[in-house]
Amino acid sequence: MRGPTRSLSRSAAIVGIGATEFSKASGRSELQLACEAVLAAIRDAGLTPADVDGMVTFTAETSSENHVARNVGIGDLTHFSRVHHGGGAACGTVAQAAAAIHAGLADVVVCWRAFNERSGERYGLGQADRPMDSNADRAAYSWMTPFGLSTPAQWVAMNARRYMHEYGATSEDFGRVAVTARRHAATNPKAWFHGRPITLEEHQASRWIAEPLHLLDCCQETDGGQAVVVVSAERAKDLPHKPAYVVGAAQGQAKDQHMMTSYYRPAISGLPEMGVVGNQLWAQSGLTPDDVQAAVLYDHFTPFVLPQLEELGFCGRGEARHFIADGHLDLGGRLPSNTHGGQLGEAYLHGMNGIAEGVRLVRGTSPNQPDDVTNVVVTAGTGVPTSGLVLGA
Amino acid sequence: MSNYDERLDAFVGRQLIEAKFGQDAVNQAMIRHWVEAMEDPNPAYLSDDAARATGRPGVVAPASMLQAWTMRGYAATQALARGESAPGASGFAELVGLLDEGGYTSVVATDSDFEFHREVVPGDRISVDEVVESISAEKTTGLGTGRFVTTVRTYRDAEGETVGVQTWRTLRFRPAAPEAPKALRPRPALNRDNAFWFEAAREKRLVVQRCADCSTLRHPPGPGCPECGSFDWDTVEASGAGTLYSYVVAHHPKHPAFDAPYLIALVELAEGTRLITNLTGVTAEDLEIGMPLALEWLEADDGLTLPVFAPTGPDTDHPRPTEN
Repeated sequence: MRGPTRSLSRSAAIVGIGATEFSKASGRSELQLACEAVLAAIRDAGLTPADVDGMVTFTAETSSENHVARNVGIGDLTHFSRVHHGGGAACGTVAQAAAAIHAGLADVVVCWRAFNERSGERYGLGQADRPMDSNADRAAYSWMTPFGLSTPAQWVAMNARRYMHEYGATSEDFGRVAVTARRHAATNPKAWFHGRPITLEEHQASRWIAEPLHLLDCCQETDGGQAVVVVSAERAKDLPHKPAYVVGAAQGQAKDQHMMTSYYRPAISGLPEMGVVGNQLWAQSGLTPDDVQAAVLYDHFTPFVLPQLEELGFCGRGEARHFIADGHLDLGGRLPSNTHGGQLGEAYLHGMNGIAEGVRLVRGTSPNQPDDVTNVVVTAGTGVPTSGLVLGA
Repeated sequence: MSNYDERLDAFVGRQLIEAKFGQDAVNQAMIRHWVEAMEDPNPAYLSDDAARATGRPGVVAPASMLQAWTMRGYAATQALARGESAPGASGFAELVGLLDEGGYTSVVATDSDFEFHREVVPGDRISVDEVVESISAEKTTGLGTGRFVTTVRTYRDAEGETVGVQTWRTLRFRPAAPEAPKALRPRPALNRDNAFWFEAAREKRLVVQRCADCSTLRHPPGPGCPECGSFDWDTVEASGAGTLYSYVVAHHPKHPAFDAPYLIALVELAEGTRLITNLTGVTAEDLEIGMPLALEWLEADDGLTLPVFAPTGPDTDHPRPTEN
């Protein structure tokens, strides 16, 4: 593990956040959504596009940094990079931004993700009818799609079934994650499901998508964009908002990693790549789970919230269902989580909206702000090579 | 009621074919042809003596021949086929035109009920006219969607006395589109690293990649051994025995190649590797993680043969799907 002298902890901070509205049909191009979000984040930071010298996004992003830059007036760039693996990239963008700042490669880095994922190409429809080429990423689907294992919900369902078998978890344990998220979304005016909480009974009654996953175990699909601005800690001091310091930033991939179907490891009930992330976050920050007051846990599907809590050390292996049933993800619980409503309730923005919520929690401006938040854990996509952040005051 | 329905309805009670005599009077020659073709041995159709023995004055025509005496004949049928309208059948042509307009271009006779008022004898001249009794609302049938058209044909003799009444029903229908061929399962993307496995599957051999240096098995296959770094490999053939490690019951979204809900399984082979597959010969309620399974082969289509698994053991001796 890295020694403290090389740690990037607290060398950078997120100082601006900006998003488009979250909708089901944006009516404009993905590039425009990206530009709107990027500009909004830059303005929120009290900066101008000319201040930006670094840009980081997802490999899944369709709008390259050059297109975004020339459309928002960003000038010379000294750092640009991309992170792979869908939603697993989210916190990785900030990690790379912080690393670039820490290394002196850039001073002001904007990270973003924007898409028309609902009105355009819907990931939820699965891979079955996508054209096949034979590169390694595409060929990996050969072990799945001929058998009808094609969609993210199905991929997660396989792990979820095994998790239930090993730890005695039930569909209701997954459902409580959705109920909490929707309760938080209900009081977030920006959330798609604002004003629309659900009950556990409604979760249980919702139709099967891929057993053991009900419809309400699956996040929505969203059109929208979300960006954040990362600057050096020194620069952050002069900007208008309370900085959300990057106390820890890490990416993680674990042994025998597949894209969502890491079914061949000795056990498939955990998320060891999130363990890789968590170990780095604690080592970099010098913090422990006890030092964290809130979390934004990636929730494209409810079952993977449980092993995240275990991998990050908030509870023991197999104990997440009790942690959740005891109300610890709720306001007033041990670890208020997904206070914006999560991707289940606010929007599915590949985790980038979760980073923005992490910033709001540090600023004290969450729509469901818990008391006394100093440090927030934010995670990225689960089941894929992933990433995470600790943001702190 | 739509305008089209109203136009159809206007035909009810209307005469489709004006009364017209058959081309020939009832005669012994046609009776003979009929009973020979029908292999009807009743002598009353051919012998006056035999007929008299039954109390009749002489030979009678078979009752079921009634329609035959008024048939329009070969030449007129050909003329119709050429699009020439039959004289006295303008109502019929109009109705067929209206049904065509509704897309009901095919026809099949479904019912023919006769009431016989008197026996017909050689020398009788028989006429027929046809009146619409009813036209049904649209019905869906195995042949296609259509309407049942019921008409009443009244057969009369030269004096205008009714000799028989036929209730005649046809289905005028829109032919059902031929069933689309079932969608194919998604194709595997074959490349240098995985083609061997699918080629073996085509020969119904389930193989597992093995490092040629350290003998570690691995699946899904790849070019290099994660244990020793070797790029040399061969394969071993799996025994076909395995256990259920996890499973998914897939409901949504629907894919045309799969009949939802269907079972996707993660099977742990006796050799130790796992693979994604489908389950057959079992329903979701009977699945239990850890249950023993045995290999079967699914010939999904001409280009794709896949390993699937079914439960083993005494409780599951129901018939297996055949290999086709």
